[in-house]
Amino acid sequence: MIPFNILVMICLVYVAGLFIVAFVAERRASAGKVSWLRSPLVYTLSLSVYCTAWTFYGAVGYAARSGLEYMAIYTGPTIVFIGWWWALRKLVRIGRTQRITSIADLISSRYGKSNALGVIVTLMAVVGTTPYIALQLQSVTLSFAVFAREGTSGWALPDLNATALWIAAGLALFTVLFGTRNLDANERHHGVVTAIALEAIVKLVALLAVGIFVVWGVAGGVGEMLTRIAESELGETQFRAGRWVGLTFLSAAAIMTLPRMFQVLVVENADEDHLATASWAFPLYLCLMSLFVLPIAVIGLTTLPDGSNPDLFVLTIPLSQGREGLAALSFLGGFSSATSMVIVAAIALSTMVSNHIVMPLWLYFGDGKTATMSGDVRKVVLTARRLSIAGVLVLGYLYYRLTGGTEALAAIGLISFTGVAQVLPALLGGIFWRGANLRGAASGLIIGFAVWAYTLFLPSFGPGAVFSADLLANGPWGISILRPQALFGVTGMDPVVHAVFWSMVLNSAAFFGVSLFGFPSPLERLQGAQFVNVFEHSRAAHSWAHGAAEAEDLLMMAQRIIGPEEAQALFQKAAERQGKMGYLPDTTPEFLEHLERELSGSVGGATAHAMVSQIVGRSSVSVEDLMAVADETAQMLEYQQKLESQSEELSRTARQLQEANEKLTELSVQKDAFLSQISHELRTPMTSIRAFSEILMDVDGLSTEEQAKYSSIIHDEAIRLTRLLDDLLDLSVLERGQVTLNEQTGNLRDLVDRAIAATASLGEAGRMRIERDRLAENVMLHTDTDRLSQVFINLIANAYKYCDADEPVLTIRARRQTGEVVLDFVDNGSGIPKKSQTIIFEKFSRLSDQSSAGGAGLGLAICREIMANLGGSIDYLPGQGGAAFRVTLPVAEAQAA
Amino acid sequence: MKPPRNPTFLARQSYRRRRVRDSARLLPVLGMFLFLLPLLGGPQGETRTAVQLVYLFVSWFGLILAAGILARLLRYRARDGADGDANGDPT
Repeated sequence: MIPFNILVMICLVYVAGLFIVAFVAERRASAGKVSWLRSPLVYTLSLSVYCTAWTFYGAVGYAARSGLEYMAIYTGPTIVFIGWWWALRKLVRIGRTQRITSIADLISSRYGKSNALGVIVTLMAVVGTTPYIALQLQSVTLSFAVFAREGTSGWALPDLNATALWIAAGLALFTVLFGTRNLDANERHHGVVTAIALEAIVKLVALLAVGIFVVWGVAGGVGEMLTRIAESELGETQFRAGRWVGLTFLSAAAIMTLPRMFQVLVVENADEDHLATASWAFPLYLCLMSLFVLPIAVIGLTTLPDGSNPDLFVLTIPLSQGREGLAALSFLGGFSSATSMVIVAAIALSTMVSNHIVMPLWLYFGDGKTATMSGDVRKVVLTARRLSIAGVLVLGYLYYRLTGGTEALAAIGLISFTGVAQVLPALLGGIFWRGANLRGAASGLIIGFAVWAYTLFLPSFGPGAVFSADLLANGPWGISILRPQALFGVTGMDPVVHAVFWSMVLNSAAFFGVSLFGFPSPLERLQGAQFVNVFEHSRAAHSWAHGAAEAEDLLMMAQRIIGPEEAQALFQKAAERQGKMGYLPDTTPEFLEHLERELSGSVGGATAHAMVSQIVGRSSVSVEDLMAVADETAQMLEYQQKLESQSEELSRTARQLQEANEKLTELSVQKDAFLSQISHELRTPMTSIRAFSEILMDVDGLSTEEQAKYSSIIHDEAIRLTRLLDDLLDLSVLERGQVTLNEQTGNLRDLVDRAIAATASLGEAGRMRIERDRLAENVMLHTDTDRLSQVFINLIANAYKYCDADEPVLTIRARRQTGEVVLDFVDNGSGIPKKSQTIIFEKFSRLSDQSSAGGAGLGLAICREIMANLGGSIDYLPGQGGAAFRVTLPVAEAQAA
Repeated sequence: MKPPRNPTFLARQSYRRRRVRDSARLLPVLGMFLFLLPLLGGPQGETRTAVQLVYLFVSWFGLILAAGILARLLRYRARDGADGDANGDPT
């Protein structure tokens, strides 16, 4: 048997080990070496504060009484963790961006930095956690007592209360030392977290060791173990559906709302990526922790004498089998489960108490000038925290003294869970629903808490303690529907499930109902948007209007909260960002927002807000500010729309460019073709001129007729060349606008007559019928009539040349319309293909290769230039059943006859 | 009020990323189903507890394995493309 002194020594050595680990971790952290301190593994292990002594010892006891039902305590958290993408990820992101210091801070910040809510949640947390701390003290003292009872070395049964006191004092010392070393800007405790991680390993190893010993050492293997389970009194236990579902829900809620879980899960989180690892690693930890619970319970029930306390099977089985080393390890496991829970819970509670109760009171009694007073606020905060830690442990100890050893304490685990779970509607509603508001949250919390106290917490002390037996049995004043454990006449439910059901239903109903009818304050709406849309807003919306605050006052305050060096660095950096030298930046809304957030990492959102507003001196956010935020969004939208229209315009331009490009490409092809054409055109007359002049020179004895014939050929060819060159010259003159117009008055009809007469000499002229409306053509013009008839001649000649109809007809239609006279030349040929319509007015464009056309592809180009020079235009008129050209002359030049 | 700014259809990679997220969202539902299944009864007689014990732990380990795989995928995919976490993802 292990002597009591040795056991105490083991404990002391273990605690000293924890101190050293925490100390080394703090040293490394302050030296900036945090790599392994902040690994996903440490984060996952630190989450194991969920497994307290209640689960370490109590799970086996639970299993011994109710079979597999104990697993509900672990399945709830498993579901929450494997579903981390839903809620935990958001919680952690919000916690990091908003510098949340506790669950009370989260609720308070979400609902408009309301300190009232902070106080409510803090009080609930204290009421819900204190009995739980008492439970830890009890379990450790009980485990001490096991060794004392079984001891044969004659040491007296130690005074259990004294043991509990010493444990509480030791825990307080550790927590104060490592939990309040400094007022970290982001409220992280490297030493504590590392020590907790170590304790997590100890308790896991201890429980696994006992489990392995039981399965392979006592039962003799997995198969035998299953047989023994089947043969035991637990072999046929039924699931109680209500409890199984209720407890799963309860534990799922608790993993998010327990103050200590929130502390390690959100506040101590160093990297969101760690959550991804924890999402599977923490369920694995829970799974391993519960793997051997039932086997241990079954072996305990079958091998230990009747009447043994099943809560202590983990200790008593190894002892009864003579495995003292294993028993000591198991004792350490229970010890570490208890200590880690107490330490983290005390830190979480002290943060809440100091930030939401002590600091506001201090500010209030500071006569409104505290924020600018000299003196170190940090000392106040740290002292408040240390006192809160001591206070929490003293409360726990007192609770233990008052109720220790009773059934009430053993059942307190689930009661405590139900109490803190009341935060769930306000928490989830706050991060998923923007409509949730302060009144709704407060109503839900208060009603849920009241129902919990009435139906579960107060009756748990037993008949006659708080509620009289008569009240429990018949309800207050004999109103039976108000019976605490059968509310509204619902009987037959398990008390815990009954309380969970009614408290959550009424809590949620109040929360949603009041929220629906309420209207939140501007700051609340701002915070609501930031919480709910935390993944969309990387940048915080301003909650501070441009303040008249003195930067110096703010610096003075900040120095006292986060320390002179940090504050000065913060202000200097802010000034630098604004492009200023020195330590005093402009108190812009951005800066105030940033400062407040930094401060809230130390003293909580509500207090930081209150302190900054003491200096800024007015309500921080107005409807106008909200409008400004909305305006920014609107501006963004407008900008986006502008971008879109610009991109549309770009695609339009691109289309135009593409069309131009096609045209250019075609023109280039045309030009190449023309160059070969023009050289051919030039070469043909030149060749014949050279050939015939050579004949004239070299051949003697040519007859006069021959000489005359050859000379005339030379002459004709020279004329053709001249005409070609004339056209080119004419075009270039027209294009450069250097043409001198010889304006005179003439009748349009005469001009058309002249053009038809001039083209009559062409070969095909006889074949074509020309239809005219001579009356409509009776329009007097004042223009360069020679040039204009040149255009007409060209058009008519083209019709002669290209109209491919069997009976070619050319229709000339004249029409006067406002301000201009329009003359259409329409033939009944096959017209001009669509793809060529755009280029026919270009120079050198010829649609056919037939040199029979005779021209050089300059005619229409010349026409266009002439019309442009005359102030009119010539266009191709599609859809007339043949080639159709429209000549337009403005009225300024046209006078009616 | 808010005009849709997200694309309606996504490239294969982003599509897969979205589906991994969907799986992560669905996993707890599967977990709930598996953990509530024993309420339906199961084998009668004295093997009941032993069988249910084995069933619960097998599903538990299965869920942990699935969560582990998804966590790897989610982290891996979060790195190679940081498209928005906004709610109302396009599909």
